[in-house]
Amino acid sequence: MAMAEGHKSNAGRYVIVYICILAIAFLQFVIAYSNITAPQMFARMLFLAVVEGALALLFFMHLSDNHGLLWFVVVFTVFVLLAMQYGWTDSFRELLGAPWSNYSKY
Amino acid sequence: MSHADTMGGHAGVMEKPAFSVPAKKMAMWLFIIADTATFAGCLVAYGFLRNATPDWPRPFHSITNVALMTFILVTSSLTMLFAIDAAKAGEKAKALQWTLITAGAGALFALLHIREWLGLIGEGMTLLKNPWGTGLFGAAFFSITGLHLLHVTCGVIALVVVGIRYQGGRYNADDLEITGLYWHFVDLVWMFVVPLVYLLNLSH
Repeated sequence: MAMAEGHKSNAGRYVIVYICILAIAFLQFVIAYSNITAPQMFARMLFLAVVEGALALLFFMHLSDNHGLLWFVVVFTVFVLLAMQYGWTDSFRELLGAPWSNYSKY
Repeated sequence: MSHADTMGGHAGVMEKPAFSVPAKKMAMWLFIIADTATFAGCLVAYGFLRNATPDWPRPFHSITNVALMTFILVTSSLTMLFAIDAAKAGEKAKALQWTLITAGAGALFALLHIREWLGLIGEGMTLLKNPWGTGLFGAAFFSITGLHLLHVTCGVIALVVVGIRYQGGRYNADDLEITGLYWHFVDLVWMFVVPLVYLLNLSH
């Protein structure tokens, strides 16, 4: 096998990233039991999930080694994710009528 | 037969692979991008429903099971990396061993998931109704976690097949790495499913 000679193990780096991901997951569980509002909880958990995902993408899936592919994946994925956000105001309409009409009461 | 022969003598004018990534790996990345859109669509739809439904249920009393499942899945990503590392170092037996440990962890995750489903079904939750609030919850929960469970199951099968074929010499370290990419993606999706579907629906 061509890669067998001179292959450098990355096990140490993988274990560090693994511990970081587990620690972040633990933080999410702590937040789940904290006394904050649902939107605050959502924002904090989503932020931590994005950090976890970024660590997995960069180091487990090795995107940090290929910047061209990194940009390709990130640009396409972020565009799709952002394009899906257009409907949120409509979900508030289900609760409040016209978008933002009663937002102060919410 | 050489590569140039199969290309009909046009190898010199062939384009370089995109981003210096082999074609099979690029295909897996394109699949991952497409599958990200699938899961994102499900999670956004779930968020929409949850936001727009006042009597959204919070049926989860304990985090023990989901914490254990998360630990197992994240750990299986680490063992997958060890398998790829061993494969790249040319240690076939070790690579197969780590691959099978990864598949075993995936199977354990799937069993815990099914046990959790059976518990919820036993409490009266179905796709269309549940005892706690809107019936939409069951549809959203089973769709998202079911789609993820399907991915885990396919991943376990793929790991076993690729691992055995790698050991037999039909596949190489790159093939194992490509399967690993899929497995890490399954883990990555779970990182979003846990907070959004489980932790935000925890009863306090």
